[in-house]
Amino acid sequence: MREKFIQILLASAASASVIIMIGIVFSLLGETAGFFKEVTIKEFLTETRWTPLFTPAHYGILPLVCGTALVTLIAVMVAAPVGLASALYLSEYAPDSLRRVVKPVLEILAGIPSIVYGYFALTFVTPIIRSVFPEANVFNALSAGIVMGIMLIPMVSSLSEDAMMSVPNSLREAAYALGATKLEVSCKVVLPAATSGIVASFILAISRAIGETMIVALAAGSTPKLTFNPLESIQTMTAFIVQVLLGDAPFGSIEYKSVYAVASVLFAMTLSLNIVGTLIVRRYREVY
Amino acid sequence: MMERALSIRNLKVSYKDREVLKGIDLDIYKNKITAIIGPSGCGKSTLLRCMNRMIDIVEGAKVSGEVFFGGENIYAPGVDPVKIRFKIGMVFQKPNPFPKSIFENVAFGLKINGYTGDIPQMVEKSLRWAGLWEEVKDRLKDDAYVLSGGQQQRLCIARALALEPEVLLLDEPCSALDPVSTLRIEELLLNLKERLTIVIVTHNIQQAARIADYTAFLLDGNLVEFGETSSMFTVPKDKRTEDFITGRFG
Amino acid sequence: MSAQEVKFRPHLERRKCIDAALKFVFAGSAFFGVTVLFVLLFRIISDSLGWLDLQFLTSFPSRFPEKAGIFPALLGTIYVILITAAFSIPIGIAAAIFLEEYAKKSKLVSFIQLNIYNLAGVPSIVYGILGLTVFVRWMQLGRSLLAGGLTMGILVLPVVIVSAQEAIRAVPDSWREAAYALGATKWQTVRYVVLPSALPGIMTGVILALSRAIGETAPLIPIGALTFIRTLPKSPFDSFTVLPIQIYNWTSRPQEDFRAIAAAAIVVLLFVLLSMNFIAIMIRNKYQRRIKEV
Repeated sequence: MREKFIQILLASAASASVIIMIGIVFSLLGETAGFFKEVTIKEFLTETRWTPLFTPAHYGILPLVCGTALVTLIAVMVAAPVGLASALYLSEYAPDSLRRVVKPVLEILAGIPSIVYGYFALTFVTPIIRSVFPEANVFNALSAGIVMGIMLIPMVSSLSEDAMMSVPNSLREAAYALGATKLEVSCKVVLPAATSGIVASFILAISRAIGETMIVALAAGSTPKLTFNPLESIQTMTAFIVQVLLGDAPFGSIEYKSVYAVASVLFAMTLSLNIVGTLIVRRYREVY
Repeated sequence: MMERALSIRNLKVSYKDREVLKGIDLDIYKNKITAIIGPSGCGKSTLLRCMNRMIDIVEGAKVSGEVFFGGENIYAPGVDPVKIRFKIGMVFQKPNPFPKSIFENVAFGLKINGYTGDIPQMVEKSLRWAGLWEEVKDRLKDDAYVLSGGQQQRLCIARALALEPEVLLLDEPCSALDPVSTLRIEELLLNLKERLTIVIVTHNIQQAARIADYTAFLLDGNLVEFGETSSMFTVPKDKRTEDFITGRFG
Repeated sequence: MSAQEVKFRPHLERRKCIDAALKFVFAGSAFFGVTVLFVLLFRIISDSLGWLDLQFLTSFPSRFPEKAGIFPALLGTIYVILITAAFSIPIGIAAAIFLEEYAKKSKLVSFIQLNIYNLAGVPSIVYGILGLTVFVRWMQLGRSLLAGGLTMGILVLPVVIVSAQEAIRAVPDSWREAAYALGATKWQTVRYVVLPSALPGIMTGVILALSRAIGETAPLIPIGALTFIRTLPKSPFDSFTVLPIQIYNWTSRPQEDFRAIAAAAIVVLLFVLLSMNFIAIMIRNKYQRRIKEV
């Protein structure tokens, strides 16, 4: 009797996670549906201007998606090579003693709140960029992207390192016995064997970059624009949400509803990337 | 006097404070099969790994002494272990093909070492030497993991043979295989000894008796006895050798 | 000249050179993170010099940077985290116990597990919108401490569950069997054998999850954590602000002096976070040693 009761209690706690997921979907869908009563899906997806706070208002999400894509691209261009090279060093080259020092430092780096990275982008990286490119805006995609990339390095590095560590040593030995150098062992044997884990780490990093908010809200600007010029001020989906919600838009207004529409797109993008990423991670764990 | 492929002189190896090889002197003769036998933990795999400097990649292993290969001490300062491993091939206990196609597995060593000839031709040649060609010639692009354990091990032998090494080292190559596959590999090795010198570590005394021209018996890091297999198995000079080959321990 | 030497051009020197060069590049990448951490810390501390004092810790925010302080934000952060902890720790541990000890392998359980991993990847701003919709509006909690704390609780729940699961999984099966052999029921085994030995691991995970919540800004923006409050929150239904929101507000102002007090607030925030991380690592190290001794 008592045992049964406890089990039910525990099971309901576990099902809370499902309820939360349903809650997210429902809370997004309600207002999003309201939004699409006033704006057609066609306009939302094909219009090239996003100006819900001005008249005439335009509701094309492309500029926000473009801004998000631009910052994400820059972030991944920083995080992927540096994270991968760092993983190779830690897994293949570094002696144990060094690994024990570097890994906790990377963990600390991963634990620093994004608001701090935002401050760092705005007050440290942006001035450097502006001294190199005087035409750069105070708010620009490059600064936010670089700093976001730095924030993602520990994640890419540690997930890729896990994948490399799970490559059996016997493969390394086989390559050494054929007269391979350490680099050839790392790049021609370990790297291909760890590909799926590395790809998963990139996908999860992209997802994090798309959903990251504070760095872009502080450093990337608030002008939705269809541009791939990294020196210009842009706006990402997350930064738009912050801008409207800080402005205290009244419940039920179209601006308020547009936040939900954008959040739904954001949620759908990150969720599908995460599902793909976790599925890949699960699969490669089964290989060896 | 027979020509020597390798001469080992006063070879000592220790891991941290534990000495696993305590001064080994051993000659490996050209175009012969030499078996290294002994109970587990006697240092036979370590000895094998010293012959192509694979011991270098074991963390914490210290080596002293000399191993002469082609008149040169491979432990002399300035000798590049990569070059030694290119000339002395190795096959491991468990089949360890790369997660690549059958073709790419054999071509791997050719590519990294700048083979100047025709690679597909050499891949075919190596697979023939390893007696695997007929079984895989129609599926060279398939993943190596579709092969059976015995086939995988022969693929690993083909991969080593592709570099035309002077010496081939095998570390208990049949321990993970069934008796039929084991027999095939033994036949293969007997055919191969015209081309190169073979050193095989085995825990299986019968295997040594079947294929080896010479046998070395190792115990606790010491070489107890070395000689022609036929005489060693019929009239062992040392009491401990006799005990081991008659199955009294190990 | 051997047959091998005729047929191969190994170019060993060149390969060795490339090997050495790239090793350098790889090492540089690994140390890049370390370098950035030091630059970042150095930069923020030097920006904050002269601003961080007792007055800063005990004052209210102000239009004048030299009078401004973080007292309400600090207090708000503490209150929010208490609510977050009260919500996420019991539910998280209970869910972990269910998934590790009770649930049989089934489609439903693996769906729940996948769902937890996916929740951990939902952007934090989306949690904020969930909180705004569910707590602020549907449940009429308003822009209150309670709404903020519950939102944060939901945000860290998946992290708490996953780390508690790992800690529970690390308890050797033989201990459970020993308890059953003594006639313990399932719950008694969990309560008196599994939980006590998994506790340090769970605590490590909980502390790390809470330290993440302390640093999160985005989920509280939709909740409307105000940045300019004149009174301290007295009940869970009062409005509030937290440190990261205060930092965001000050950083987004153009004046140099506000940037400086933002840096000072960051120093306080990082001090809290790093000490929590330090405690978590201490617990983990002690705990790992004990499991190894078994």
